[in-house]
Amino acid sequence: MTLGEFLERHGGEMLELTLEHLFLVFVSTGLAILIGVPLGILLTRKPGLSKPVLGFANVMQTVPSLALFGFLIPLNIYLFDVKIIGGIGARTAIVALVLYALLPIIRNTFIGISSVDPAIRDAGRGMGMTDRQLLFQVELPLALGVIIAGVRVATVICVGTATIAAAIDAGGLGRYIFRGLRANDNLLILAGALPAALIALGADLALGYVERTIQFGGRVKATSKKVIGSSVVALLIIAGAAYLFASKSVGRIAVGSKDFTEQVILGEILAQAIEARTGLAVERRFDLGGNLVHEALRAGEIDLYAEYTGTALLAILQAQPLKDPEEVYRRVKAEYARRFDLVWTEPLGFNNTFAVLVRSGDAEKLGLKTVSDAARVSAQWRAGFGQDFMSRADGYAGFVRTYGFQFQETREMDLSLTYRALAERQVDLIAGNSTDGLISRYRLVQLQDDRNYFPPYDAVPVVRQSTLEKFPQLRSTLAQLGGILSVEEMRQLNYAVDGEKRAPAEVAREFLKRKAILP
Amino acid sequence: MSNGATSIEFRDVSFSLASGRSLLSHLTLQVEEGETLVLLGRSGSGKTTTMKLINRLIDPTSGEVRVERKTTLDWDPIRLRRRIGYVIQEVGLFPHLTVEENIGVVPRLEGWAPERIHQRARELLIMVGLDAEQFAARLPRELSGGQRQRVGVARALAADPPVILLDEPFGALDPITRREIQREFMTLQRELKKTMVFVTHDVAEAFLLGSRIALLKDGELILLGPPEDLLQSEHPEARAFAQGFSERHRAGSPR
Repeated sequence: MTLGEFLERHGGEMLELTLEHLFLVFVSTGLAILIGVPLGILLTRKPGLSKPVLGFANVMQTVPSLALFGFLIPLNIYLFDVKIIGGIGARTAIVALVLYALLPIIRNTFIGISSVDPAIRDAGRGMGMTDRQLLFQVELPLALGVIIAGVRVATVICVGTATIAAAIDAGGLGRYIFRGLRANDNLLILAGALPAALIALGADLALGYVERTIQFGGRVKATSKKVIGSSVVALLIIAGAAYLFASKSVGRIAVGSKDFTEQVILGEILAQAIEARTGLAVERRFDLGGNLVHEALRAGEIDLYAEYTGTALLAILQAQPLKDPEEVYRRVKAEYARRFDLVWTEPLGFNNTFAVLVRSGDAEKLGLKTVSDAARVSAQWRAGFGQDFMSRADGYAGFVRTYGFQFQETREMDLSLTYRALAERQVDLIAGNSTDGLISRYRLVQLQDDRNYFPPYDAVPVVRQSTLEKFPQLRSTLAQLGGILSVEEMRQLNYAVDGEKRAPAEVAREFLKRKAILP
Repeated sequence: MSNGATSIEFRDVSFSLASGRSLLSHLTLQVEEGETLVLLGRSGSGKTTTMKLINRLIDPTSGEVRVERKTTLDWDPIRLRRRIGYVIQEVGLFPHLTVEENIGVVPRLEGWAPERIHQRARELLIMVGLDAEQFAARLPRELSGGQRQRVGVARALAADPPVILLDEPFGALDPITRREIQREFMTLQRELKKTMVFVTHDVAEAFLLGSRIALLKDGELILLGPPEDLLQSEHPEARAFAQGFSERHRAGSPR
């Protein structure tokens, strides 16, 4: 796709994401100024506080953003009837961004005021200024340049960090970046990264200009004082309103998804089936990063999403691996009901486990059907595995031990690259995902896991108990989706999106029509 | 110059830092209304400390300072300071305010009408020998050292305070400008008849401007009296200063 075609197709969406991004940055920086500047001033009045407060702000900056999101989502803090902290979406992203932006603003306010010449401060006090008058007429005007330098740093931090906010459905240019990383699509990554870089650059230049004007101009005219005063008031109102607006949740049933293609397709399948069958309004909150989707479900920010039995068992319940699919399903269903009040409904039908893959040519020539067949002929083989497979409990070490593999060479690479490496004969065996569309595209063959080494990863919708009670008609719709998707079908759907670049919503609609769930 | 009434009085005043280091010990002296008392001494002798005790930038560790017959501890510091003009070395001008705004600081704090402040600033600029048209809108960094000092004096006079404190106001000026501005200051002194406390380490300046001189050393008052007393004193510190003065005198100092 050329750049022109891309802009033609995505131009409108790009503008929308850019505006969302600007919104996040503007509101977060605004709130950070409103909190940080008074706090910085307070520190100059109570220097004893400066160590703990600056220490806290310092620590906040070192917390990885995904970890911070994970901590914020389950919080439920209300002011009157409005939830002010917690959940997924722009609100939580803004809280996190404000925490990141605080440090440079507090620090620069503190330093800017502290470094006002003591003789000037003495002159002001000697002339009979009250502390307030000294602050507003002398210290703040003289510190303004340094404070704006802090705001400048904070803004650039916000522009960068706001891209991560896409992981909690807060929108912004991060959506393109995450989507592009997932689909290995550089154009898409650039479509997110380039405007973000331009915003950062623009904000930096503009604030840099303001900073220089103030420092070299040396003073703020009476008129611009009024302008500053009214901008602060306007900022306060807009930022406050925007924050509350961001906290407003619409839709009656919210369907979530993790941040990879198959999950978005499953999210669409669930959402469209519910819309068609129950007539309920559905809100889509897709692309949630890490295990944040589970946190969001527990917090009631979403009502359902499709989870994998193995992931629930190992990553969420932190239990030991089990081999029998039935047993895993029973176990997670019981534990989820007991611990979280969450209901596992009917499995969708496919198992997205690790697939041990070889080229179809090799499989035919050597008559390979099972992984054990491959182990016998693998002495001259080179294997390629993703980083994830190399390190996880149900990954490489146990796999090699169980089947007695002795590869000539084992290469660790990005998962998405292993398929191509296999097709291009750089390696001879890989462990991919069983539902990956690239399996059909490169004409690869999945060998049967005859020793049942890999735990099952059956995809199953997980719903909040309270949602099922509120909307009992959901049960029959979800029951209809039971067993609807084979591994082969899931591969095709994934390929339609990743390989043919079609929209997940459209792919899901076609599929549901074929299955007569949609008319 | 004195008309007999006491404006400022130190009664056995000592001041020590929190660390225990003593900056001023057992100072007792009076400043009469309308006189100019010069605090003379080397760096660290306690001159500036004495000055800051008057406008309550610091409070005495023991003893009491009285301004207009009331101990400073009973004064509201803000009210006290607005009755006392304060001139410090050139850095004391607010760099972000114009000359006119700098002069107008205290009147503005006192809530004067803008037009009155404007008039007053112009009047004062003329009084200290600066062209109001030319200088009113300038920033401090656009002025020479001498011009800055004049603005500093004008600022201290703005709200017509009965008492003016001057902390080495001409210290950073070149000798020629310095003599010039000292002479103009003498004229102002005669016209305004304010009570002034003037800190300097320049003995010639002390002789020129002081009706009385208080010589300080290591936080103690060594000598208090008219300039002639300093020349006649046998105290080694007084002799050191007196000698400096006569050497300059012989070298043809403007006095």
